[in-house]
Amino acid sequence: MCGIVGLFLKDPSLEAALGRMLTDMLVTMSDRGPDSAGIAIYSKAAENRAKITIQSAHPDQDFAALEADFKTTFRQSLTLQRKNSHAVFEIPQNQIDEIRARMREAHPGIRVMSTGDNIEIYKDIGLPRSVAERFDVPLMQGTHGIGHTRMATESAVTTMGAHPFNTGPDQCLVHNGSLSNHNSLRRQLQREGVVIETENDTEVGAAYLTWKMQNGSSLGEALQSSLDDLDGFFTFVVGTKDGFGVLRDPIACKPAVMAETDQYVAFGSEYRALVNLPGIAGAHIWEPEPATVYFWTH
Amino acid sequence: MQIIDLDQTNLRQANAQLQSQSNGANQTEWQILNPKGAHAIAVGLDAPINVTVEGSTGYYCAGMNKQARLRINGSVGPGVAENMMSGTVIIEGDASQYAGATGHGGLLVIKGNASSRCGISMKGIDIVVHGNIGHMSAFMGQSGTMVVCGDAGEALGDSLYEAKLFVRGAVKSLGADCIEKEMRPEDLAEVQALLERAESTAKPSDFKRYGSARKLYNFDVDHAGDY
Amino acid sequence: MNKPPETAAAPRTEPIQSATFTPAVNAEIRRAAATGIYDIRGGGAKRAVPHFDDLLFLGASVSRYPLEGYRETCDTSVTLGTRYAQNPIKLDIPITIAGMSFGALSGPAKEALGRGATAAGTSTTTGDGGMTAEERGHSDKLVYQYLPSRYGMNPDDLRKADAIEMVVGQGAKPGGGGMLLGQKISDRVADMRNLPKGIDQRSACRHPDWTGPDDLEIKLIELREITQWKIPIYVKIGATRPYFDTTLAVKAGADVVVIDGMQGGTAATQDVFIEHVGLPTLACIRPAVKALQDLGMHRKVQLVVSGGIRNGADVAKAMALGADAVSIGTAALIALGDNDPKWEAEYQALGTTAGAYDDWHEGNDPAGITTQDPVLMARLDPIAAGRRLKNYLKVLTLEAQTIARACGKNNLRNLEPEDLCALTIEAAAMAGVPLAGTSWIPGAETPF
Repeated sequence: MCGIVGLFLKDPSLEAALGRMLTDMLVTMSDRGPDSAGIAIYSKAAENRAKITIQSAHPDQDFAALEADFKTTFRQSLTLQRKNSHAVFEIPQNQIDEIRARMREAHPGIRVMSTGDNIEIYKDIGLPRSVAERFDVPLMQGTHGIGHTRMATESAVTTMGAHPFNTGPDQCLVHNGSLSNHNSLRRQLQREGVVIETENDTEVGAAYLTWKMQNGSSLGEALQSSLDDLDGFFTFVVGTKDGFGVLRDPIACKPAVMAETDQYVAFGSEYRALVNLPGIAGAHIWEPEPATVYFWTH
Repeated sequence: MQIIDLDQTNLRQANAQLQSQSNGANQTEWQILNPKGAHAIAVGLDAPINVTVEGSTGYYCAGMNKQARLRINGSVGPGVAENMMSGTVIIEGDASQYAGATGHGGLLVIKGNASSRCGISMKGIDIVVHGNIGHMSAFMGQSGTMVVCGDAGEALGDSLYEAKLFVRGAVKSLGADCIEKEMRPEDLAEVQALLERAESTAKPSDFKRYGSARKLYNFDVDHAGDY
Repeated sequence: MNKPPETAAAPRTEPIQSATFTPAVNAEIRRAAATGIYDIRGGGAKRAVPHFDDLLFLGASVSRYPLEGYRETCDTSVTLGTRYAQNPIKLDIPITIAGMSFGALSGPAKEALGRGATAAGTSTTTGDGGMTAEERGHSDKLVYQYLPSRYGMNPDDLRKADAIEMVVGQGAKPGGGGMLLGQKISDRVADMRNLPKGIDQRSACRHPDWTGPDDLEIKLIELREITQWKIPIYVKIGATRPYFDTTLAVKAGADVVVIDGMQGGTAATQDVFIEHVGLPTLACIRPAVKALQDLGMHRKVQLVVSGGIRNGADVAKAMALGADAVSIGTAALIALGDNDPKWEAEYQALGTTAGAYDDWHEGNDPAGITTQDPVLMARLDPIAAGRRLKNYLKVLTLEAQTIARACGKNNLRNLEPEDLCALTIEAAAMAGVPLAGTSWIPGAETPF
């Protein structure tokens, strides 16, 4: 049970303020989710470069070891932009798999939070305001982002249990609700070779979407088939490289409010999350219909 | 005019002021500023006072209202006027889900659209929606009247008891045991009266009536598939 | 003349009833085939499940010294709802009367519960149908249930209550609701609930205006605003995932968590629900307590346990496992006179026998308790029945004190899991106490 916020900017002049606006929306949703918080922000990496966001429980030593290893193994300098227990760095796009394999092999203490051309994910336990400040989210800029505050239902309160979940390049998912068949679905996906790390029902939802897309579905098609394959109550907000999407289950008990102006499309679990957005007084405010996929792209 | 600014006053103080008004209240005109989506605004009122809320609210605005007349110049979150006993609540904008849930009396008017489960489990409240209503509206509606000038979503009046439903627009689908019924002179009169009180100029003759088929009232094994 | 050996009576095989297709099971199959509808009854789970009888107290010995009865006090009082409310509820004994509706019970029965509870210094609880004037009048401390149906719900009664109990579910039917067919309601009850007379009752399984603990948090704030933050709000849960549910209830803002095991009774629901959904009461206490401890809220958010509490030993055991109080329903009704053998001839006429009668929804209760029939209702004298309840509550308290003193405690709340041992492996695992005579707690290596 949780709070979700999302902001998709149509007006580039707002990009510098994306992190600040998203943080403000996120903090308003703290009551819905005091356990942990996370944010995914999309901003373009340099040409032909991709980004990896990482996290470690021992960042000083693990990140230093990574930098040293990078020099010797890849003969490249690693520019780690450090943010508390997380860090983000850019690498050549064509070396993602190689680098990830090396990290898995030689740096098991480092968790990969996200990979993609544009995405960065920061998430941790604690109240939303302190999580956002820990990672300098208010200073971030970008084209779109989604955020999540968590009240854990049936799995533990841990860093990796926080949302958003990234299980594909530039793709992430946040969820409000409770899936009721996530255990069976997890086992099925694991048999298909999908790696799922936590007992969290949302991670199963994210893995399901990614698996569908790896097997040829578009994101819209994957969301559509999730209505058949996922059971329970859910409002999903998914982020992709170019945009974001919203889907509510057919029963649609979990809340969802959207606002649109010439400058942005915004999502909040409660209207309260949207009240400080520019031009909100004149915005078109509506609630997404159940069992309907909504999508916005740049 | 008594003004409560929620940027200056916290919710408890605001509600305490309004709740302490009684039948002989001198202060009958109240205005609430800067609601900014806050929850539980003006709940549990019990006095014949007029309250205007300037802006949009969160959940449960005017919950359990008795006697008070409220006008919200904005939209409202889930559960507006839930369990209302009497009085009037008018929403100039839209209402989220569960509008008027389990209401026992009074009149709830939504000038925009209402979302899903409008009038769920209604127990005597009257609800008039100028726009559309969402799915599962009037679920298990026991009594009271709902008038919808726009369209109704899926499963209207599922498991309905004796609540009366009037819809002018299209009904996406009817719920279990809900059927269309004929419009009688007393229905036209009732709809006319409610539309006037709801500040609507719609014509009663454009509406269709829906009510319980009463087949679920006493179990019949041959209808077991309906349950 | 001698018969030839082959025609003498040969030994027959012994008729053996199946343990799977028992006479009771076969009778139920025949009934289902005849009617086409599930069996509905009242009460809680009847089948044997691990329960408090499988636990024993370790009394004083050489290492532990007992307290003298009567002179060396053993305090039994408890305060419920200290977290947020201005006026928490102070009880003389840690045993409350659970929610049972007027409608399920007769007016005199509700009055008797109020009288007995008040005399014993504890609270009663309304049920699915609202607050009656008689009940508010006779109960010194009354908890008002806030249910999915919202029958009779109104702000005036909410403000007259001493506490609110937000009912998420109950032990007999966690997740339950649905079309409850065959439960007829009387005219008075139909009026109170604003339903047509003579119809089959239906129950909603979810609250109409909130779903999930994040929305529950907002709903609790609304209820507090309506009652000026004066009274505590309990959250009652049917035991299924007690660790998570307790955690979420606390995060949503509960003052008190009430967990009801599968032996907890109901007025009427499908038998298949009662017997096959839920957890034994014994299994839900330690996870709930652990959830409170993990949040640092044990004793700050109080835990009330119900479902099959029968004697002072059960009270003491529940408290030793970490509960702040217990709640009784079925036991209270039996103390009033429910299922008394003196009505045996009438039970037989109904096709049942004293102790087994559970078709309360049909309204024929010979004891006059679970009925609205005026002739039957008149058999219960609410004053005498109230006295019986008070006596019974007194005995529960004395028994619990006797045990606590024997364990060296001057306060029932100081009973702890280490005062217990288990007779079976199941009970040891569920209660988290060692098997008697050993130090082995099964499952302790994989803590919840």
